[in-house]
Amino acid sequence: MRKDLHPLVMVALVAAVTLAGRALPTWTLSLATIAASNALIALGIVVLARTGNVSFGQGLFFAAGGYGVALIANAWGLNDAVAQVIVGAACGGLLGLVIGPLIARYTGIFFGMLTLALSMVFYGALVKSTALGGSDGFNVGRPSLFGMSFTDPREADFMLYAVSVIVTGFAGIAATILFRSEFGLASLAVRENNLRVEYLGLSANRMISINFLIAAIFAGASGAFALMAQRHIDPQFAYWTTSGEFVFVAVLAGNQSVAAVFVASMALELVRSFSNLYLPNTWQLVLGVFLLGVILFLPRGIGSLWIRGRRKRPTPAAAPLAAERGAAP
Amino acid sequence: MNPVLSVRQLEKRFGAVVAADALTLDIPAGQKISLIGANGAGKTTFVNMVTGYLKPDGGTILLDGMDIGRRSPRSTARLGISRSFQIPQLFVELTAAENLTVAISGIGTRMSLRAAAEAQGRRDKAVELLERFGLADLADRPISELAGGVRKLIDIAMALVRRPKLLLLDEPTSGVSAEEKFRTMDRVIHAVAPDAATIVFVEHDMEIVSRYADRVVAFYQGRILADGLPAEVLSNQEVRRYVTGGAR
Amino acid sequence: MNFFLTIVLDGLIQASWLFIVALGLTLVFGVLKILNIAHGSFYALGAYVAATTVTMVAARGLPPSVGFVAMLLSVALIASAVGLLLERGLLKMFYGRDEVVLLLVTYAVFLILEDVTKLIWGVNPIYATQPYELFGNLEFAGLYYVGYDLVLIPISAAVGFAIWFGLNRTVIGKIVLAVIHNEEMSVSMGVRVNRVYAIAFAFGVLLAALAGALTAPKISMQPGLSSDVIILSFAIVVIGGLGSVEGAAVGAILVGLARAASVHLMPQAELFMIYLIMAAVLMFRPEGLFKRETARRI
Repeated sequence: MRKDLHPLVMVALVAAVTLAGRALPTWTLSLATIAASNALIALGIVVLARTGNVSFGQGLFFAAGGYGVALIANAWGLNDAVAQVIVGAACGGLLGLVIGPLIARYTGIFFGMLTLALSMVFYGALVKSTALGGSDGFNVGRPSLFGMSFTDPREADFMLYAVSVIVTGFAGIAATILFRSEFGLASLAVRENNLRVEYLGLSANRMISINFLIAAIFAGASGAFALMAQRHIDPQFAYWTTSGEFVFVAVLAGNQSVAAVFVASMALELVRSFSNLYLPNTWQLVLGVFLLGVILFLPRGIGSLWIRGRRKRPTPAAAPLAAERGAAP
Repeated sequence: MNPVLSVRQLEKRFGAVVAADALTLDIPAGQKISLIGANGAGKTTFVNMVTGYLKPDGGTILLDGMDIGRRSPRSTARLGISRSFQIPQLFVELTAAENLTVAISGIGTRMSLRAAAEAQGRRDKAVELLERFGLADLADRPISELAGGVRKLIDIAMALVRRPKLLLLDEPTSGVSAEEKFRTMDRVIHAVAPDAATIVFVEHDMEIVSRYADRVVAFYQGRILADGLPAEVLSNQEVRRYVTGGAR
Repeated sequence: MNFFLTIVLDGLIQASWLFIVALGLTLVFGVLKILNIAHGSFYALGAYVAATTVTMVAARGLPPSVGFVAMLLSVALIASAVGLLLERGLLKMFYGRDEVVLLLVTYAVFLILEDVTKLIWGVNPIYATQPYELFGNLEFAGLYYVGYDLVLIPISAAVGFAIWFGLNRTVIGKIVLAVIHNEEMSVSMGVRVNRVYAIAFAFGVLLAALAGALTAPKISMQPGLSSDVIILSFAIVVIGGLGSVEGAAVGAILVGLARAASVHLMPQAELFMIYLIMAAVLMFRPEGLFKRETARRI
C-alpha cells in the first residue's frame, strides 16, 4: 500500500479542525457543521457502495435517528448532545440490523429501489401520523453538553460544530481502518464478483448486512445532528430527495478516499450557500451542472484527484459506484 | 474405502435440454478423473450441481457419505470442495495478490479488521501461491490488466487456497497457450499432492486428458457414455462418434 | 355498493393520468434502459406550459374548449422538442456507461429542471382551471363527479390503446419492441438504434408532459410537483414491471385503486400504502407483475 495516513495523524487532524473552529466566522461554522453531518451519512453510503449496493433510501435511518432522538428528548428531557448522537445512532442501527439481512440479497438497481421504497413507506407513514405532528413535524429544545447549557449563540454553535466534527472525524477514521482491513477488501470483492465470494466460503449477504448496518448507524447519528442544528424534525428527513442529496455527496466523493467525502460535502454546502445568496432559486441548477461535470470529467469522484489509480484503467471509467460483475459460469 | 464423491441417479433438465439423466458415478479419493463430452453434454452442469450452484431435480450427491445435494456453494466450499471456472471468475479491479488475499480470508470463521499486522502474513501467503504458478511478479497488477491465460491460472490458484479435498477444474487449459498447458497441469497436480486431493477436470484437450487422467468419463446428453482408462475410453467407438470426433 | 363504486371510480380517475405518466417512464426504460428521474419534471413542465397556454387563451376571451385544445398542442410541441434536444444533446454522451451513471445524469437533469421551472414560472402556486368546467358535472350514485375527471378515463384508455397499437401493429412499433427485447440483435439486424432511442425518449417526455397538461386544470402548479410525481410513477412502473406497457396499466389501476381505497377507508395509509406495495413487489417478484421473458444467460 502507498503511504497511508497513520490513525494518530488522523486524530491530530480532527483535533486541529475542531480547534480551528474557534477562529471561523459564524456562517462558516454553521456551514461546516452541516457539511460534517452530511459527510457522515454520505460516508455510510460509500461504505455500503463498496459492496456494490447503492442505497437511495438512507433518509429512512436519517429520519429514524432524528425522530427517535426528538421523541426521547421531549419525553425524558435528554438534551445532552453526545447522548443524542448515541441515541440517533442506535435508532438507525436497530433498524439497519433488522432491514439489512432482509434486503442484502438484492442487487444493483433492485437494491437501490428497495431502499428507496422503504424510505418512502416511512415518509408516508410520518406525513399522516398526527401524533408525530404530521407533515409539520415538531420542535425540540437546545442541546446541552455534559451538563453545560449554552445560551450564547456563538458558544452553542461552536459546541455543535465541535461535536459533529469530532464524531464525524472518528467515523472517518473508523471507515479508513475498515477500508484497509481484510473485511474491507472482501467487501470490495463482493462488488466485483459476489458469486466467487460465495465459492470462496465467504458470505456475501453477511458482509453486505454488516456494511449496511454501519451505513444505518452513521445515518442515524447524522439525523441526530440535523435535529440538533435545526431543532426541528419533520417527515422531509425521509423524503427521497433528501436521500438523493446524500447519494450526490457520495458520488462526488468517489469510493476511494474518506477525506474526499468531507471535501465533497463542504463543497456542496458552499455552493448551496453562495447560490442562495447571490442567485436565489439556482442552487439546484448549479448542483445539477456540477454533477454532470463530475460524471463527465471525474468519473471516479473527487477522491480520484489525489488517489492516483493504482487501479488505472485504460478505458474511460464507469461511475465510482458502478457495480461490475463477472460473467456467470 | 468409501468414495470421496458419490453421485446417484442425478437428474437435471432445463426445459427440453437434458443435462443429467440418472447420472451415477463414484469417485475414489486421490483419483485424477477427466470429464469429457461435447458442449451441452452436461459436464459443467455436473460441476455446478456438485458445488451447489444448481440444485438437482432428483438424485443424491454424497461427499464422504454426507448428503450435499441441497447445499450452497459457500457450504460446499467449507466442506472441502473447490472449483475453477471456464470463464475465470476473479475480482477484476483488485490486484492478483488481493484476489488471493480475499480467498485466504475465506478460511476460518472470523475476518479481521486489523490491517497492518495480519496483512503482511496474508500477503506473503498470496504471493507464495502466485509463485507456484510463476506469477509472483504480477502480484500487484490489477486483474483487468492481465491476459486471459494468466487469469485462468489465478482462477485455479484461488481454488487451491483452501487445500480442498475435492478440486473441480472446468477446462483448466482452455485459453492457456500450448506451451503453458502442460506446465499448468503439472503445477496443479504438484500443488495438491501433499493433500492427496481428488481432482476432477473437465477437458476438451485430449492430450491433457490422456496424460493426466487416471480415469476418463465421457458424457453425452446427461448420461455417461463410457467410463474407464483413458486409452480405452478414447478409443471407444461411441465416444469417438459423439465426443472426440475423428475417424470411424 | 355505492361506496364500492365510489372507490372504483375515484381509483380509475386517478389511474388515468397515472397510467399516462407511468407509460412514458416504462417506455423510456424499456428502450433506453434508463430510469429517468427527471420524468416528473417533464410532467411538471407539461402542467406549467398548459397553465400558461390556458391563461393566455382565456385572456383573449376565447372559450375554454379552445384553451383545452391549445394546451394539448402546445405541450405536445414543446415536450417533443425538449425530449429530442435532451436526448441528442445530453443523454447520448453517457450511453454505454453503467446504469447507475445514467440514473445520476437524469438526477442532474431533474435538479436543473427544478430550478428552471422556478426561474420561469416562479415559486408561487399557479392555477388554470378554465378547462375543468368543460364537461359539466355528472351525478352518479348519489355523488357529483366533475365531467372533466371522468373524461380522463377514456382519454387515457385511448392513449394506452394508441401506444399498444403503435407498438404491436406498426412496423416502427415492432422495431421499437425489437430494441426493447434484444438491442444487440437489433443492431446486428441493421436497426438504427439511435433513431429509436431518440423517438422513444421524445415519446416518453411527451407522455409525461401530456399527463401534466391533462391534470393541470385540476391542480395547483408549484415546486415539488415533479418530485411527488416521479416517485409515484416509479412505484407504478416497478409494480407493473420495468419496460412493460401492460404493467404500467395494471400498476396504475392498482395504485389508483389503492389510493382511493385508502382515502376512504384508512387515510393514514394513503401515502405509504403504495410504497409498501412497491417494496413487496420488489422483494417477492422483483421483475414486476408482468415480467418480460429474458433468456437465461449461462
